[in-house]
Amino acid sequence: MTMTDTLPRTLDHEDCLVIRDLTVAYQRKVVLKGVQADIRRGQVIGVIGPNGGGKSTLLKAILGIAPVISGKITLFGRPVSEMRSHLAYVPQREVVDWDFPVTVGDVVMMGRYPRHRWLRRPGRADREVVERMLARVDMLEHKDAQIGQLSGGQQQRVFIARALAQEADVLLLDEPMNGIDAATQEVVLQVIEEQRLAGNIVLLATHDLVSASCACDCLCCVNERMVSYGPLTETYTASNLAATYGGPVIMLAPATGAQPAHTHHAGDHAHHEHVHENLGMDHRDG
Amino acid sequence: MVSYFTDPLQYEFMKRALIEVILMGAVTGAVGAYIVLRGLAFIGDALSHAIFPGIVIAFLLGRSIFAGALLFGVLTSAAIAVVATNRRVKEDSAIGVMFAGTFALGVVLISSSRNFTRDLASFLFGNVLGVTTSDIWLSAIVGGIVLLLMVLLYKELLITSFDRVAAQAMGLPVFWLDLLLLVLISLTIVVSLRAVGNILVVAMLVTPAAAARMLTDRMPVMIALSAGIGVLSGVLGLFVSYHADVAAGGTIVLVATAIFGLVWLFAPGHGFVASQLLRARLARSSAPETKVLFESPEIQSPGPH
Repeated sequence: MTMTDTLPRTLDHEDCLVIRDLTVAYQRKVVLKGVQADIRRGQVIGVIGPNGGGKSTLLKAILGIAPVISGKITLFGRPVSEMRSHLAYVPQREVVDWDFPVTVGDVVMMGRYPRHRWLRRPGRADREVVERMLARVDMLEHKDAQIGQLSGGQQQRVFIARALAQEADVLLLDEPMNGIDAATQEVVLQVIEEQRLAGNIVLLATHDLVSASCACDCLCCVNERMVSYGPLTETYTASNLAATYGGPVIMLAPATGAQPAHTHHAGDHAHHEHVHENLGMDHRDG
Repeated sequence: MVSYFTDPLQYEFMKRALIEVILMGAVTGAVGAYIVLRGLAFIGDALSHAIFPGIVIAFLLGRSIFAGALLFGVLTSAAIAVVATNRRVKEDSAIGVMFAGTFALGVVLISSSRNFTRDLASFLFGNVLGVTTSDIWLSAIVGGIVLLLMVLLYKELLITSFDRVAAQAMGLPVFWLDLLLLVLISLTIVVSLRAVGNILVVAMLVTPAAAARMLTDRMPVMIALSAGIGVLSGVLGLFVSYHADVAAGGTIVLVATAIFGLVWLFAPGHGFVASQLLRARLARSSAPETKVLFESPEIQSPGPH
């Protein structure tokens, strides 16, 4: 990991999301500090750590909606605040009012809103993108359904379609694996792989270590500070996970030594099952 | 039957009142959709009370009560929006303190007026039969501005209401959109003062929209239906109050409440009757199996005959 104290290194970072000395604090309480990362196009980063460790906070800091008190974040060499239209975000499902009278199609169309700021109305091209993204997550037949009628997994797919409709360069997913069915999990993993192949950056905040190890190139381990950042070979180890979660991680099978995720490709289904069987593990909360 | 509606309209004051309640019903209904969906009923109530001293001060100074109401409405909206950003103050407590205080200020101020009782009553409960042509023009212009802003900023208000975090992430100025919504509510309350008055306006902001929510799952349809129910309540309430010789404002709200009750009972899908029928049908469709069990001779025969 290269460390820079001097500012003008923009040339090197023109295809990177760069985070330097990031500290986030709500009121006076520091919730996340010391985050350093250089994320290249086509990289998938798993953000892991205990509840309240700052996973969501890191994503929100990148989006510019968490109070950053020091440090800087640049995307493709420019401050991230100028690059918001290049970021697409899938929030946790709990933050949304599912009783709201909007249809699946309406929600995905919201992903097109940043392109038509103020007074403009979406057009035919936007409706085509909406239909394409709904088809991508296998939800086109539910286009006119009210969102409250969907299952948890279907709701998650609609949110992913909305993020895809933004056609952004960076995809930020906050706990997309929470309470979803196997089919949706497969869609999420496929979408992540497609983003990687398209040369986009993906940040996946999750407490699901299995899917993190399947889908990601690097892990960013946070527990109120950045504990470690690096490729799976260095970070997906028993000692590092123990350091991240503040105690021994309960593993159903040992993670050290194995490291099959290092060479795998996320599209490889048989391999997923293999990883599930051998690396099925969980961590202690808190 | 027709004369029920045509007879009163031979009076100019009834024609003016009719136009006023139509304007009021459409604007309160449309804005009400956002109040209901975002759970702002309490804030709407607070705003209507906070506007009260503005009206009284303008009235005592002989200025336009619309201007006074508007000034206080915007000030209170800003205060609420700012207070809401501070986590240490519980929002509803702060609003409760503010609106009770400002309302009391209004009552104290108006008690210095010579026609205290009459003036107070007309502010609190409306006086639609006393509407002047210039009142109507003001309602039309202010109401038109509110509806125009709702149409122009439809996308922004929709996503801020539905998914606040995503709206922030898209770089929308969520604070200013919240403030704008509060200002729109204040303007709507100002438009409604003549027709239903300060106390009952919250009913017009909530009841038609709550009824409309039960009739549709689409936002644009909900806004249109809510505005329609608002207009219907206003018109029916006005005529009923004329023939029954009772207060117009209260009657309008009662009609809205009755429409809400009917919708609650009979709305397709979401209504009480529909859900009871659905439950009965489900029970019937799962019944045959149970029936066979109970009618089988092994169970029924043991009784001595």
